[in-house]
Amino acid sequence: MANNTAQLQEKSHPMEDLLRMDRMPHIWCSGCGLGSAVTAFVEGLKKAGVSYDKTAIVSGIGCTGRVAGYLRLDSYHTTHGRAIPFATGLKLANRDLTVVVFSGDGDLFAIGGNHLIHAARRNVDINVICVNNFIYGMTGGQNAPTTPLGAYSSTAPFGNYEMPFNLVGLAAASGASYVARWTTMHARRLTDSIATAANKKGFCFIEIVSPCPTVFARKNNGGTGLDMLKEFQTRAIIDHDADPTTIPLNMDNEIVCGEFVNDDRPTFWENVQAGIKARLEKFANWEEMQSNSRKISHKKDRKYTSSRDSSIMRRNT
Amino acid sequence: MFKKSRLIGEYFMQGDIACAEGALAAGCRFFGGYPITPASEIAERMAMRLPLLRGVFIQYEDEIASIAGILGASWAGAKSMTATSGPGISLMTENIGLGMMMEAPCVVVNVQRGSPSTGLPTSWGQSDMMQARWGSHGDYGSISLVPNSPQEFFDLTITAFNFSEKYRLPVFIMADALVGHMTEKVVIPPVEELEIIDRKYTNKKPEDYLPYDYGKNLIPDFAKAGDGYRYHTTGLTHDKRGYPNMTFECQNELVPRLVNKIKNHVDDISLTEEYDIEGADVIVISYGITSRTILPAITMAKKKGIKIGYLRLKTVWPFPEEKIRKLSKKVAGFVVPEMNLGQISLEVERCAHNDSIVKLVPHPGGGIHKFEDVLHAIEEVAYGK
Repeated sequence: MANNTAQLQEKSHPMEDLLRMDRMPHIWCSGCGLGSAVTAFVEGLKKAGVSYDKTAIVSGIGCTGRVAGYLRLDSYHTTHGRAIPFATGLKLANRDLTVVVFSGDGDLFAIGGNHLIHAARRNVDINVICVNNFIYGMTGGQNAPTTPLGAYSSTAPFGNYEMPFNLVGLAAASGASYVARWTTMHARRLTDSIATAANKKGFCFIEIVSPCPTVFARKNNGGTGLDMLKEFQTRAIIDHDADPTTIPLNMDNEIVCGEFVNDDRPTFWENVQAGIKARLEKFANWEEMQSNSRKISHKKDRKYTSSRDSSIMRRNT
Repeated sequence: MFKKSRLIGEYFMQGDIACAEGALAAGCRFFGGYPITPASEIAERMAMRLPLLRGVFIQYEDEIASIAGILGASWAGAKSMTATSGPGISLMTENIGLGMMMEAPCVVVNVQRGSPSTGLPTSWGQSDMMQARWGSHGDYGSISLVPNSPQEFFDLTITAFNFSEKYRLPVFIMADALVGHMTEKVVIPPVEELEIIDRKYTNKKPEDYLPYDYGKNLIPDFAKAGDGYRYHTTGLTHDKRGYPNMTFECQNELVPRLVNKIKNHVDDISLTEEYDIEGADVIVISYGITSRTILPAITMAKKKGIKIGYLRLKTVWPFPEEKIRKLSKKVAGFVVPEMNLGQISLEVERCAHNDSIVKLVPHPGGGIHKFEDVLHAIEEVAYGK
């Protein structure tokens, strides 16, 4: 194994310009879907033609949370669930950046669920890639908000009692501009989706259904990583016109994949700009009238300002 | 007028608004927050002012998002701030720890209310002082500044930004509802009279840059997102490259540095105000609004012929240990009135050791100290009862 790694490093790796080769080998298990997801991401970025220097990646905690650490971009490994608000701050403070959140289903939909729906509602110009493996991998296979009803996990020894979230449905209903779902089997289509999202403004959400042979499959007779991919192959169908709110995932139904939403809505920042412009045009000296701290030394000014203040109040009410 | 980044002149201004104006004067251009009494006025002022200065105001869905957001903005190179009260700080503490670990400069304002829990939303207290020091899990050095007037709220907000930029960490401003909601004269000096410090950006090339390489002052140089440095940063224990490193050696290099980068600069960070310290028998140590409400007691004590000194801490954390240690060898004792049931008095006790008496005058918040209580404590210490 070590020999193989050494050989790989001697030959240059095809994704060397975007991977931190000094951190290889990575910590993910054999058969995990994260390798495919990261490959699709790297290929997608190349395809999108975005500047690597102007691309930042933010992850939360978990197996997928480690992605940021392996990509040679400005990369931030934050706290559990808080990648999205962190990325929102990063993007709004430097709007030239392409900001991608790469995290898992537990991180984005359990502890970070609130942030996801609000970022989608605001339509902040960030991309969120969620690797959904139906379970908490890093902590040893506990129940996730995506674990199918009846599936076993280390905190659901009698089968999961809870209905799982339908991630694409939730993102679409919250107002995301772009929503897609693929499995790690759909390498080419996933790459295309990532490239589309990289060049698209607004909140873009991509769910990647991914095998977790080490904990999810082991507890649910899923076999190896390869077996899970075969299962994805038989269960997956592509239907771009499907209503994302009607295609939940469970143990044995069809995995409906596709690009379900691709809209152009004004982003948060566009709305901010439009709002300020409209307000300033309406009241040419609005900002002066809004003053609620008046200079002590200019009593005349103060009277003038306060009378204007109240006239504005009257006009508004 | 509101397109100006600084208002200049004399104003009749609320404390919270003075804080917002101080932040703008210091160059703050990103505010992320969530409404909470008694800090909402800061957010409201920022919402009105920032967009016209090409800054960003965002009202997040909760305080956890607010602190995460200002950390993100900080990495994009913006001077960023959030303002909240005790319950909000409790939600923020995990990410404050992230800010300490990642060394992201930003300012967190805590307009304290009576606590614990929801407590007294519209009333004041000083019971979050220990939380500011030890709130997030783990060891780290931290800075907390405590204003006692709207003017000082303005001034210390600028100082807080300067410290956060210089030492690369989230800095607390521990105001309280009384200072936040008080309206007083605030003088905003002209541009050239304010000292504004910006973080030190690296002058290294991207291939030579290590995000956590430090010099003698223990503070790494900064590189912001989008400048081609393509660095990694994490909340995990990390080496100079910013890569996770789960070894004792790495932990032993990183964590003591986070503590020492503040400890070694206490003289620079520690701001105090003192009167009649020389030759005093009794020294009253106070901070924040308490330092004003107890003044009658000091005047009375002076009239009674007690040799009384007055020491006010503008910087509570890092605690001025050396100063208190030296003083404790010269005086009979300290009187510490504070609006909690004993937090900073513990620090004073620790530093005074067995050299002098330390007398706490507690108050649960929601009112002010009776000056008789303070006077009584001063007399007890002075007459050695």
